[in-house]
Amino acid sequence: MSVIYVLLSISVCVAIVFFAAFIFTVRSGQYDDSYTPSVRMLFEDELVDTTDKNNNQNKSQTE
Amino acid sequence: MSSSTCYHCGDPCGRTAVLFDEKNFCCNGCKTVYEIFHKSGLEGYYDLESAAGATPKEVANKFDFLENPEVAEKLLDFNEDGIQVVEFHIPHMHCSSCIWVLENLNRLSSFIKSSQVDFPKRRARITFDSEGLNLKELAILLAKIGYEPSIVLEDYSQAKKKVDRNLIYKLGVAGFSFGNVMLLSFPEYFEVQEYWLDQYKTFFRWLMFSFSLPVVFYASQDYFTSAFKGLRSKLLNIDVPIALGILTLFIRSTVDIVFDLGSGFFDSLTGLVFFLLVGRFFQQKTYAHLSFERDYKSYFPIGVTRVTDSDGEENIEIYRVKQGDRLLVRNQEIIPVDCILIHGRAQIDYSFVTGESESVPKSSGDKLFAGGKQLGGVLEIEAIKSVSQSYLTQLWSNSAFAKNKASEFQTLTDAIGKRFTIAVLTIATIATSYWLWQDPSKALNVFTAVLIIACPCAIALAAPFTLGNLLRIFGRNGFYLKDTNTIERLAKIDTVVFDKTGTLTSNSGNTIVYEGMELTDDEASLLKNTLRASNHPLSRELYGILESCQIKTLDEFSEHTGKGVKGKLGQHTMKVGSANYVGTQEGTRTETSVHISADENYKGRFVFKSKYREGLVTLFKGLMGNFSLVILSGDNDGERKKLEKMFPFQLPMFFDQKPEDKLKFIKKSQEHANVLMVGDGLNDAGALAQSNVGIAVSENVNVFSPACDAILDAGKLTGLARFLKLSQQSIGIIKLSFLLSLCYNVVGLYFAVTGQLKPVIAAILMPLSSISIVVFTTIATNYIGSKFKTKTET
Repeated sequence: MSVIYVLLSISVCVAIVFFAAFIFTVRSGQYDDSYTPSVRMLFEDELVDTTDKNNNQNKSQTE
Repeated sequence: MSSSTCYHCGDPCGRTAVLFDEKNFCCNGCKTVYEIFHKSGLEGYYDLESAAGATPKEVANKFDFLENPEVAEKLLDFNEDGIQVVEFHIPHMHCSSCIWVLENLNRLSSFIKSSQVDFPKRRARITFDSEGLNLKELAILLAKIGYEPSIVLEDYSQAKKKVDRNLIYKLGVAGFSFGNVMLLSFPEYFEVQEYWLDQYKTFFRWLMFSFSLPVVFYASQDYFTSAFKGLRSKLLNIDVPIALGILTLFIRSTVDIVFDLGSGFFDSLTGLVFFLLVGRFFQQKTYAHLSFERDYKSYFPIGVTRVTDSDGEENIEIYRVKQGDRLLVRNQEIIPVDCILIHGRAQIDYSFVTGESESVPKSSGDKLFAGGKQLGGVLEIEAIKSVSQSYLTQLWSNSAFAKNKASEFQTLTDAIGKRFTIAVLTIATIATSYWLWQDPSKALNVFTAVLIIACPCAIALAAPFTLGNLLRIFGRNGFYLKDTNTIERLAKIDTVVFDKTGTLTSNSGNTIVYEGMELTDDEASLLKNTLRASNHPLSRELYGILESCQIKTLDEFSEHTGKGVKGKLGQHTMKVGSANYVGTQEGTRTETSVHISADENYKGRFVFKSKYREGLVTLFKGLMGNFSLVILSGDNDGERKKLEKMFPFQLPMFFDQKPEDKLKFIKKSQEHANVLMVGDGLNDAGALAQSNVGIAVSENVNVFSPACDAILDAGKLTGLARFLKLSQQSIGIIKLSFLLSLCYNVVGLYFAVTGQLKPVIAAILMPLSSISIVVFTTIATNYIGSKFKTKTET
């Protein structure tokens, strides 16, 4: 049953790893601006979309 | 076509629309921006949000000071090996299109490596190749596409602010420990006698002990320091019983596990600190793009142009301006120091610094005060003081700016904290002495139990959650507060003082009334075209309101400094300007007016009147019953009659008040009242700082407003009465939650006093009371907030 020591130390270690990850994310400023990334992630797709649209429009105009 | 709106900025185009690429633009500026975007493949800008752009302003030499290497060096975050990084504040940023275009700047110039936007702060961080592009060119490039960076003295003199993330760390530590301790203490809640459980009990307990160490010694630090500070200044604030509770919890629990008396209260301890910190975190709603601490430094430019002895020009830092220096001030620039005008046609707008609503013309030899804005051509001035000694900037040496309103105010929570601490200590002593007499072995147990269970976690949470939530409700309604403390102070207000210019009146545009003979279509067209050529601020304003007509090139145009303008087209001439210039005796009155004559025949005049915001009468009537109102204006009393007519009730008005007069007036009123100052400009800065609560009214909350406790969207001024009422109601909610949490305390104290407090009871009671307080305050504030919303809608 002394396996519980092993289990506990593993679980505490895992918890500490996550805690360290949290500290790291705060320190690197990831929570400083919680708005812009939410908008930014939508850009890439839209950009491809618009160029496609423009190309199509151009094509249809030339055709 | 006249109803079309600009493809770039969304303003109506009128009849002067510029057609380009099958799209309408309101002016050439907007068209140019479109062209730039079009060429660089940035049309995506218009797909994200339609009409998001801004008309680029004339910048000409505005950013010349960035050429000065010393200035540039201080603004740059990084400068090495030809790579420079700068962070600009760009007030116009307002939507996803803005973010997109600013993050794709590299398509506009190959020298820009990358750019990243921090939208809440309205800042863009740009990395660029300094060999191909210098800071000035970068600023001009941004201005050209309508995103003019605002570079002010404040950015310059301030050391880079470090972001304070302490609270998040503490919250993380407390949450981490709380979760783990909860899991570890779980087995012992059931009090089963089981072999393995007994076997590992000590190990579990010591593990909990080690988890609680960072909570006590790191996460709850603030409570100990605050309690210590309070005690030293002989104040029993709410942090005293909290600190006492934390300490007792820790010591008692440690003793318990050392002598194997029980499992200790580590779960309650970590939970308590965690909940308290959550409350603190919630209370801390900040508006990153607003600043409540601004002084003249965020209004003044960093650099100015100095005329050297050899009549050359050089850019110097504003702090280097010495008495006797000759400086150049251009259109829309701010006069940095008190000075004498040497030459140039000065038309100075002092509205922001003195409250005078009209711009004043000055001629060579006149004294100009720092802070005024030049409208018109280039001026040459001679400084007679240095920046910090100027008339306006000296206001900031007043002691009103040094005091901290929040720390001087005793909050409701602290007020109750005092009585609470005394009550708890009394109960603890009585209970302990009773048990000393009955059963001495239990006495210490009871004493600590009382301190533990009475720890005012729920009370300490009531205010942060009520006020924090209200702060958000206010924010959604265009009223931005510096902190929650402001709401408590707002609730105590009984006198409201209003500034006139810019606060009661609107900055954007006067009402212009025409008095005189009707103009024929030809005359109207000629008038508009004549005005079009003039750069005088009054001409610009008049031009803006006149019905648009066809653009014709004038045959002749002349501008006479200080008098007026003359335009000729075909057989007709048009004169616009002062009464003397157009040849009439009328117009010696106090109002600002522009006279016109066609073919030397006097036609009439346009009178400029400042426009009062809508809904003021209703607002004043609403406030009248509960508050005493005062109007304090820096302007002359030309508007007194109009104001008296508008507000037909007893309303004290004071005119010609200088910034210091306003400050003194507030100070005097404070002897017997709690004063709310509502102002807008630098001239109100002293009064705003001195008052119990200072609210700055701003037409665009992203641009400059003086130091204050709250910023109010000018459009929401009429809601002021409701904001005040809501603040008062929130105090009622806090009081109710105090009652609620006292009920929990009474139940807990019963267990404590009778010596039956088990860890599991504390572990249930403490979170339960905290959570019910949070739920109650959130529901209550949302309820009063929702009433507010429906009221404003109707």
